[in-house]
Amino acid sequence: MPVLSKKESKLILDPLADNNPITIQVLGICSALAITAELKASVVMAVSVLFVLGFGNVVISLMRNMIPSKIRIIVQLIVVATLVIVVDQTLKAFAYELSKTLSVFVGLIITNCIIMGRFEAFALGNGPWRSFLDGIGNALGYGVILVIVGFFRELLGSGTLFGAPVLGDPIAKTGLYAFGYENNGFMIIPPAALIVVGILIWVQRAKNPLLIEEA
Amino acid sequence: MLEHLELFFKSIFIDNMVFAVFLGMCSYLAVSKKVATAVGLGFAVIFVLAVTVPLNWLLDQYILQPGALTWLGAEYVDYDLSFLSFILFIATIATMVQLVEIVVEKFSPSLYNSLGIFLPLIAVNCAILGGSLFMQAREIPSLDLAFNYGLSSGIGWFLAILAIAAIREKIRYSAVPAPLRGLGITFIITGLMGIGFQSFGGMLTGDNEPPIAVEETVVKIEESQKEEKEPKKESQDDQKEVIAGIN
Repeated sequence: MPVLSKKESKLILDPLADNNPITIQVLGICSALAITAELKASVVMAVSVLFVLGFGNVVISLMRNMIPSKIRIIVQLIVVATLVIVVDQTLKAFAYELSKTLSVFVGLIITNCIIMGRFEAFALGNGPWRSFLDGIGNALGYGVILVIVGFFRELLGSGTLFGAPVLGDPIAKTGLYAFGYENNGFMIIPPAALIVVGILIWVQRAKNPLLIEEA
Repeated sequence: MLEHLELFFKSIFIDNMVFAVFLGMCSYLAVSKKVATAVGLGFAVIFVLAVTVPLNWLLDQYILQPGALTWLGAEYVDYDLSFLSFILFIATIATMVQLVEIVVEKFSPSLYNSLGIFLPLIAVNCAILGGSLFMQAREIPSLDLAFNYGLSSGIGWFLAILAIAAIREKIRYSAVPAPLRGLGITFIITGLMGIGFQSFGGMLTGDNEPPIAVEETVVKIEESQKEEKEPKKESQDDQKEVIAGIN
């Protein structure tokens, strides 16, 4: 018997493309845009959200029959805030430079709408194991977009990936730069992230016409 | 007075919540289909930001910062509770939103009817928590400046959502390519607006002695021109070498 049943693997695979949290559900965009100028920061952010969403979903799912519905938002916020403090302190201890780059955006995972959205829509009505898979799936869907945007912005904007030059040296004019290639400084500035995500949405919807919105 | 004015314009235009740091994007995209609802949410955000930022400033100053607990007694000097700031800030925000909702419902039913549905949404709007976190990260020095920061950031967010809602109302009559309709085109328009807002960046430099600054920049420009000329020679030499190598 496979490890995951068909329904369970659907929980993980669906949010990767056709029900992607960023491009389809329009959740969690705030942090997705601000930190994607470098690939490294994008990957760390994606892993942090994976941790918070996976375990947050389990915790909420375990408590789902005990939480009074009137104060559930505050309970959810406290659970997320606790998990985010763990992530933040870990980053500060083991990757201090990176935690400076991410600055307040680690804290803003708390108000990342994907997390509250999944708690409300899934964890409050499903068991812990299924909630865990749903959390992992949605965090991966979020991470995929982050990494794609981070990849293009760093490659086109600075000519590097994970900080290592891949297109040659722009000052010594080696590699691509020898042929007159220039870095596109436009990709580094914040608004470029919006345009890259916009183009991603365009490509995705052009491939799958079912996703096109009514005018 | 001058620093108030500077912070006010800086938070509205240069560090605009939406266009410079992308905060509150979720509700910005979800609630911007009509101008009327956008205005309602915008006012609610201004209101809540102007209340929560000063409150969290007090919390930060008297409880969270390293050494902030000195007012309790000399033995608390070494305490550093700053790791608790996320949980305290979000708890303050969630409670304040509830409180504001109750108070507004009691004293101004008409305002409640127009803001009411948006208030619970606001607890999880990243612009609100972001306001408090940026207030902490930028070490805003006094309570009135913190209030100013909250208020003006809120106004900046309000202007952004008002602008995009107006554009989206108009764009309904344009022939947008089908896959871009709705979300896609909104992203791209927001990006273009963000580029526009970047041009405010040079508006305030915070320099009070312009004559010296001008001289310095002239010197700097001359230096950079010299630097620019020199590497060019090198690259010409390189090219010669390359050509020689090819030959």
